[in-house]
Amino acid sequence: MRPVIPYVTAALLFGLGVYGVLRRRNAVLVLMAVELMLNAVNLILVTADTTAKAALPHGGQVFALFVIVLAAAEIGVGLAIVLQLYRLRASVAVDEVPLTEPPVPVPATTVVERPATTVGVDRPSAGSGVDGPEGER
Amino acid sequence: MTGADVLLLALGAVAVGAGVLVVATRHLVRAGLYLVVCLGALAGDYLVLTAELVAWVQVLIYVGAVVVLLLFAVMLTRAPIGASDDLDRPGWPAALIGGGAGLGLTVLLVDAFRWTRVELPAAGTAERLGEQVFRSWVLPFEVLSVLLLAALVGAIVLSRPDIGRRPDTASTDEGGRA
Repeated sequence: MRPVIPYVTAALLFGLGVYGVLRRRNAVLVLMAVELMLNAVNLILVTADTTAKAALPHGGQVFALFVIVLAAAEIGVGLAIVLQLYRLRASVAVDEVPLTEPPVPVPATTVVERPATTVGVDRPSAGSGVDGPEGER
Repeated sequence: MTGADVLLLALGAVAVGAGVLVVATRHLVRAGLYLVVCLGALAGDYLVLTAELVAWVQVLIYVGAVVVLLLFAVMLTRAPIGASDDLDRPGWPAALIGGGAGLGLTVLLVDAFRWTRVELPAAGTAERLGEQVFRSWVLPFEVLSVLLLAALVGAIVLSRPDIGRRPDTASTDEGGRA
């Protein structure tokens, strides 16, 4: 077994994950790219477990299991945040999240009245929401 | 080139190809399905690398639970069925950083391992791995179970807006929520 093959696979997958996180606007797709990166790390851990001799046997595989559990926890909380963002803004585009707004949410009535069909249709209105909730009416 | 090498090359090509499609496709639902292909190929990689238990846990948790959750999220955010043009931001900084990270790591690892050959060790079956988890790694294992519980509670609190709401904003929100 040539260990360089899975190592190179993992490196390329990690690069793809970084590219996806930086490129995608949809928050769900960003989470998918994060999963790619976590899997690249898992592949590194499992390959290192077969190639390197450690004091504790199978330490790499145990850590891969731990990373899988961490990924499950991360995806649960991450999707809860994404769905809450969609409920407040009717959009899951990560570059439209207002970072300077006070934490009091926009009242949900304005969100329900808006035609919330696609992810990016209401981009201008969500963009103008940066300067305050009254900018949307 | 032994049989394991050929298998690793093929599965790695499938995983990287599916990964490219995950980050490049313009269909939201197809991105989730390509992710299934990528994770399945990685599970095959783990099997070739003698990590049996990790491979089956990967199939169970990633393909079975995480991808299903992601597809649920795609549906719940009312994703369009066809191709959508606004999924991406301008690409060249992302391509620069992602390509730099991927190629840099590739050069580093190729330089470290060259074309060396390693004998595959004994398989990491559930018995051997369970022995290690419950002998050497008990404390991290228990901490992880507490973390899973915390993540569960956190997800519930996040998705129930009526928990922890301040009383002055509660009245304005009641009308709009079903």
